[in-house]
Amino acid sequence: MTLSVQNLSITRGGIRVLEGVSFMLSPGEALVLRGPNGIGKTTLLRTIAGLQPPLEGQVDAAPDTLVYAGHADGLKSTLTVEENLDFWAQIFGQNDIASAIEAFDLNALRSRPAGLLSAGQKRRLGLARLLVTGRPIWVLDEPTVSLDTRAVEMFAQVIRTHLGQGGSALLATHIDLGLEEAKTLDVTPFRASAAQLDEFDEAFL
Amino acid sequence: MKALLLRDIRLAIRAGGGFGLGLAFFLIVVVLVPFGVGPQSELLSRIAAGTLWIGALLACLLSLDRIFALDWEDGSLDLLATAPLPMEAIAAIKALAHWLTTGLPLVLAAPILAVLLNLPAAGYGPLILSLLLGTPALSMIGTFGAALTVGLKRGGLLLSLLVLPLYVPTLIFGAEAARRGVDGFDTTTPMLMLAGITCGTIALLPFAAAAVLRVNLR
Repeated sequence: MTLSVQNLSITRGGIRVLEGVSFMLSPGEALVLRGPNGIGKTTLLRTIAGLQPPLEGQVDAAPDTLVYAGHADGLKSTLTVEENLDFWAQIFGQNDIASAIEAFDLNALRSRPAGLLSAGQKRRLGLARLLVTGRPIWVLDEPTVSLDTRAVEMFAQVIRTHLGQGGSALLATHIDLGLEEAKTLDVTPFRASAAQLDEFDEAFL
Repeated sequence: MKALLLRDIRLAIRAGGGFGLGLAFFLIVVVLVPFGVGPQSELLSRIAAGTLWIGALLACLLSLDRIFALDWEDGSLDLLATAPLPMEAIAAIKALAHWLTTGLPLVLAAPILAVLLNLPAAGYGPLILSLLLGTPALSMIGTFGAALTVGLKRGGLLLSLLVLPLYVPTLIFGAEAARRGVDGFDTTTPMLMLAGITCGTIALLPFAAAAVLRVNLR
């Protein structure tokens, strides 16, 4: 259940953005990635999730333990909240969606089409998907975008419960979740030396 | 896998899913041809089989870009790629869902529309059989094309250009089988060729589609 990343170098659009990233994530731990925009946090998370191959180094995790949540929630606007969750639960071979609905306070919205939800409600539904996957290692990219303070608190509580059950979480976020037990990894020192980009270029990446 | 198939079918049938798109286009083409060609029933019955096949092919083409584009836009494709389903299965299921929501309705509508084109009675059986054998290949090739162009803005044009040449063998043998049926000849050879093309695409293209999807998701 341990996620171990060794000497990882990653590229975005053919340009090396981070190199030599190494860390370990044991069960019950949370790791928050920090760094300025464009440093490669999203690319790092996508590489760890297996969506793109690393340039060097390796990502070691037991098969079928990771679940990834990106900027987009992967919701179908014509399906209801319940149908959306049910679909992902079935894809991951689970069938309990009630606890996920409960944890993110979506009970009142169960039968509403996802297209009619507000941005924050959509995000809550997207995060509820993590609970129905039954996977222990969560890889989350900016999970708190468009959440209000109450929902952020709700999310922090879900993370805490998940860690308590032996799960782990890797998050890229800019806000303080109030998770005292979470470790922080600033990826700025790992910026690739070969590709020194000025601020002008960053706007296009 | 069943969940993905059911979801795709459900999405297609719900509002804005584009279920009727191909069917409506097929209807329009077939209804307009007699107006364009003129009311010569003999000429119409000679071109009926070919017209129906071209109409079905173009109707199929119309909905191809939706196969992966919608899932890519809302991020579900990324999430599906990290789900326990293998990418090959995703491509195959997507093609099956496309066939069930586009190809199969076309096959079922063809005999009704064939009346408008004055298709001779002997041609109905071979026409339906050839469409039934050929349209799965259209969906599968189209899924491969959609996988190639996923993530491209306005990829529809490129998709059509890539897919149309690959559709030509299916069209040739499909229309040939239907035409031979109309003329009362033996249709075995073109039917077998058509079945061969379909089996070949179903066997090979899920792997090709999965490979290009992985590249496109990077």
